[in-house]
Amino acid sequence: MNLALRDVRYHLGSFVFTTVGIGLLLMIVMGMGGIYRGLVDDATVLIDRIDADLWVVQRDTRGPFAEVSRLPAALEDRLRAVPGVSASRRFVSHTIQREHAGRSVRMTVQGLAWPEDHGAWLPLIAGRSLDTAHFGLIADRSLGLDLGETLQLGQDRYTVVGITAGMISQAGDGMAFFTSNDAQAIQNDGDGESQRLERAARSARVGAADIGRIQPGLIERAGGSSGNVPVLAPPPVSAVQVWVAPGTDPAQVARTIAGWGDASVYTSAEQRDLLLAGPVDKSRRQIGLFRALLIAISAIIMALVIYTMTLDKVHDIALLKLMGARNRVIVGLILQQSLLLGTLGYAIAWLLGQRIFPLFPRRVLITGPDLLMLAGIVVGISVLASGLGIWKAMRVRAGEVLS
Amino acid sequence: MSPPIVEAKNLRKVYGHDNTEVVALKGASFSVAGGEVVALLGPSGAGKSTLLSILGLVTAPTSGSVTIAGTAVVDGARELGDMRAFRRQHIGFVFQKANLIPFLTAVENVQVAMEINDLPSREARRRSLELLDYLGVADRANHRPVELSGGQQQRIAVARALANKPGLILADEPTAALDGERGRQVMELFARVAHEQGAAVIVVTHDHRALDVFDRHLEMEDGELKSA
Repeated sequence: MNLALRDVRYHLGSFVFTTVGIGLLLMIVMGMGGIYRGLVDDATVLIDRIDADLWVVQRDTRGPFAEVSRLPAALEDRLRAVPGVSASRRFVSHTIQREHAGRSVRMTVQGLAWPEDHGAWLPLIAGRSLDTAHFGLIADRSLGLDLGETLQLGQDRYTVVGITAGMISQAGDGMAFFTSNDAQAIQNDGDGESQRLERAARSARVGAADIGRIQPGLIERAGGSSGNVPVLAPPPVSAVQVWVAPGTDPAQVARTIAGWGDASVYTSAEQRDLLLAGPVDKSRRQIGLFRALLIAISAIIMALVIYTMTLDKVHDIALLKLMGARNRVIVGLILQQSLLLGTLGYAIAWLLGQRIFPLFPRRVLITGPDLLMLAGIVVGISVLASGLGIWKAMRVRAGEVLS
Repeated sequence: MSPPIVEAKNLRKVYGHDNTEVVALKGASFSVAGGEVVALLGPSGAGKSTLLSILGLVTAPTSGSVTIAGTAVVDGARELGDMRAFRRQHIGFVFQKANLIPFLTAVENVQVAMEINDLPSREARRRSLELLDYLGVADRANHRPVELSGGQQQRIAVARALANKPGLILADEPTAALDGERGRQVMELFARVAHEQGAAVIVVTHDHRALDVFDRHLEMEDGELKSA
């Protein structure tokens, strides 16, 4: 006869109420773990998806994921000339927040190195990859944009041609993929007045210089579009991704690039580690500590619940002892109830989490290994929590029934 | 005459020491044979409950010895140690209140005593139902204690005390919470159990209306056994 189950059945209402409470607490523990996992996954999704062999970034910086990195766009071509390099692509990334359809849309703009990169590697759930050099974009579904929807960014209007899933930046913003030229145009977009002023200032500078007085045609050229001024460099890029040829050691290529005075180079793994050790680290540790606190609080609450349940049964435990029950019968009664409470609480946490976590603004990623680890922790705290009740039960004297 | 099931010699119990010393038992000696039902009478504070808890192996005496079913289980003030194994095989208890476990049904309250004594669950249930039938409460087998009357609860408690066929049954004022008629029925039940099952039954009672049921009376006063 299972005494634990019979006691639970008798006190079903209070047990269910308590279990739901423990379940909600465990759901928060589970959710914190999921937020942590989501944070890491969001932060590294782009590096993992792109899967470049090397990331070339501004000299002495930690790369575009950790800090601002600006490289001349021409570096892309220079890298192609390095022995062992099979491909290089410029990487443009920045975050914008614009009003669209009466709401604020915050997105991380990613530039695809058109025409080599159409975004075919993206996890599309609708639409297609980019097939024109301008005015198309692939948006993550978290941005809430529909296929075919257009939005004004700077001087131009862009049409959503594809929708991705799970492409979130480390800051939790959905990503939008444009050709790198469009991404740079969005980044460097200014209003007409500031452009006119900049052109006038350029003309004035050229006019004040000797070369302007000697060649008046240059003044007119300097006052035109910056793209038509040969001495002005194209906008910088954030980084350049490099793939090495099959059979080539990426470390060897990296050593060559590291010798240049204007760039630093990292492998994808190093870039990933820098990211996790940098911007994500504090959030990660904060969530980790908070989670550890919640686990400790859960253990204490469960211990108090089990202790209270044991106090309610002190007379029955004394009676069982007087009848000659072995300690294992009494320990089993308390331990089984604690494990039942923990197990059912865990199940409630999981079931509720399935419905509630998707409503969270940031991704809550519940993975199998994390679930298993939490299950182990719950079993552990159930056993620990029962310790207080068992301690009390062992101190109950059989003679208490007679008094 | 059957051999004695329980034999107490010179039982003495002193609580406290020096100025706070209280002598609860002053050298009680007696024996009860199998099949004998004995009433333990006396006013409050006479030492009845102390004697019962010593016989039930819950409290150790200051001096004296107790032999139950041929085993010397108490010898002087020596610590009792864990007597649970002996208790579950040889002693059954009935209390003033039935003290049934509230979350178990009537039959389960009996069954649990048997399972504690390692009887398989199925067999324990079958025998528990037989016991309830023997005591006339089989129709209440699946009811919880709160759904039973006081008399029915005491019958279940008697059934539980009989569960492991003990040689000794100790009852502490088992009719105190019952009216006269039901109290007598319970006392008659003890007599029937003693006579039919050969157990030694010692009943602490204040109820003088059913004394004719008992084979013998032990009178206690101020820690001393007046008549044995």
